[in-house]
Amino acid sequence: MEAPPDRREFLVELLKLPCSAALVSVLGPLADAESAATDPAEAAAHYYGMGIQVDKCIGCGRCVEACKSENDVLREPFYFRTWVERYVVHSDGKVTVDSPNGGIQGFTAPQDERDILRSFFVPKLCNHCDNPPCVQVCPVGATFKTKDGVVLVDADYCIGCRYCIQACPYGARYLDPRTKTADKCTFCYHRITKGLLPACVEVCPTQARIFGDLKALSSPLRRMMRMSSLQVLKPALNTEPKVFYSTLDKEVR
Amino acid sequence: MAEHFEKLASILSQVTGYIYPNEIEAHWGLLIVIYPYITGLVAGAFILASLEKVFRVKEVEPTYRLALLTALAFLIVAPLPLLAHLGHPERSFEIFLTPHLQSAMAMFGFVYAWYLMVVLLLEIWFEYRSDVAIWIRQERGPMKLVHWLFTLGSRNVSPEAVAFDRKAVRFITLIGIPSAFILHGYVGFIFGSVKANPWWSSVLIPIVFLFSAIVSGIALVLLLYYVTSLVRGKQPNMECLDKLAAFLLYSLILDLSLELLDFTHRLYESEESIHILSELIYSKLFISLTIVQLLLGTLGPMALLALVRGSKLPEELRRIVYVIAALLVQVGIFSTRWNVVIGGQLFSKSLRGLTVYKVELGGAEGVLVALAFLILPFLILYVLVKVLPPWEEARQPVAVGGAAEGG
Repeated sequence: MEAPPDRREFLVELLKLPCSAALVSVLGPLADAESAATDPAEAAAHYYGMGIQVDKCIGCGRCVEACKSENDVLREPFYFRTWVERYVVHSDGKVTVDSPNGGIQGFTAPQDERDILRSFFVPKLCNHCDNPPCVQVCPVGATFKTKDGVVLVDADYCIGCRYCIQACPYGARYLDPRTKTADKCTFCYHRITKGLLPACVEVCPTQARIFGDLKALSSPLRRMMRMSSLQVLKPALNTEPKVFYSTLDKEVR
Repeated sequence: MAEHFEKLASILSQVTGYIYPNEIEAHWGLLIVIYPYITGLVAGAFILASLEKVFRVKEVEPTYRLALLTALAFLIVAPLPLLAHLGHPERSFEIFLTPHLQSAMAMFGFVYAWYLMVVLLLEIWFEYRSDVAIWIRQERGPMKLVHWLFTLGSRNVSPEAVAFDRKAVRFITLIGIPSAFILHGYVGFIFGSVKANPWWSSVLIPIVFLFSAIVSGIALVLLLYYVTSLVRGKQPNMECLDKLAAFLLYSLILDLSLELLDFTHRLYESEESIHILSELIYSKLFISLTIVQLLLGTLGPMALLALVRGSKLPEELRRIVYVIAALLVQVGIFSTRWNVVIGGQLFSKSLRGLTVYKVELGGAEGVLVALAFLILPFLILYVLVKVLPPWEEARQPVAVGGAAEGG
């Protein structure tokens, strides 16, 4: 058996620690810069997705607010690119779901907590499906999937027939009454193509939302996908969502 | 826009359970109810017309030309409610120029154009050509010009030419039957293929649409034939009415069987959507589905027609029963369309709540506009009937070659 280090050796080892930490902090960004050498504007080099850790969401609604501000979404409570739902499962198995004004101002605490079995928040947004039914039904091809896997709407081309809104199983689309065209989450395409995070991810105080490139082998999203068991919404519809949930409850639809 | 928000806010206050926040607004309203109703009448009227030409049901001959003109009048109006409903009607031509071929809706232009150009217009032209060529000889004024243009320069009324016309009509009708099926089956497919919506998503929907179309088309032509006979002071041909009523009854039975099959299938499979759909049927759709569509619009006319069939009622009374049955059928089929289109948007795709749909009187998608789209085909039909009289007495005897009477 190896002898335990004497005091001198121990102190030397101890000193090495902050040194290596410092080294990492200096070299880290360099290494990152190297991996990020792929230009975010180079669509074919990326394939974006989002991870949502349901158990981390505190229902503060900052993401909803950030989304509305960033993307000039109408303030009226009928238009959301993202929203937060609260699920309350009662002791008798009854489930109540609400999302007052999309959860933008958070949620008021329930009056009586004694009969609650479990409760949690679920952020929702466009799932940027790999097999998107909305893209399939658009009669003119105004809604489309980009090379980096984001589903977008060309507002200059959309005829406002609203078939895509009917075809979306997740209620992620609405008709913007200002433009009379379909509108939805873009993963903040104007931001991510500059290497920034979507607004909702940027402001999330608990990192319940993780944005990333599914093609990048080392990214927070890949890490989350490695460490969690993943679910998607309505998998039976074969839409192949790219918004992945961890610890998703069976009640969520 | 403030008015729109107010309306949505009042709907929001009536939501029961949970619905996704973007689902407050029903995106397909009254105009989209009108659209399948009208295309159904087109397809139904055409299929009735084909009974005489292809299946040689001689009794319904008096309605053949009227049915063709009815189909045309309604087909002309069919795309208008769609156009009026678009957020950007001025971009609608993109459907023709840059169709997205995976989209069921992108096929609309082609299906429509095919049906209008290749089937209806061509069949009407061949059907009327020789008669019009003879009418021209005795006419003056603008009508002569209109008829002269109609013939497209083809005014040969020799027995060979007339025989060719007849062959052509029969051939076009043969193509027309599947085309009529496609026209309306396709409308059903637009709804039936939406997998996100369990109320719509069913392989049976296009078939149910088709048979309800046949029901509504026969009933409409029966009504029109009866009313036009009265207006012209003629006795409607009773054999024809009896036959129409019989076909109406058969198609009602088929239609109801299909609807019941769909209903039973859903109930028996009992998928996760069954709870919310049951709630939908028992609450929001109770009147329009159970009372109007099923009792008033289907079982009612079926009972009437079946009773008359078994009895020896005097002609006068039989006619009245037929007319009542046909009117009830129209109400029933309209609510069928309503229940599909509006019903499919009254429940949340979260399957946890129901919303309401509010019909407006005015506005771009209001009752008045919808009524205008329902009245317009009759005005067009009036003009068509003036230009191309579909009545027996206007027909020219075959191979007359020269002398013509009536017109």
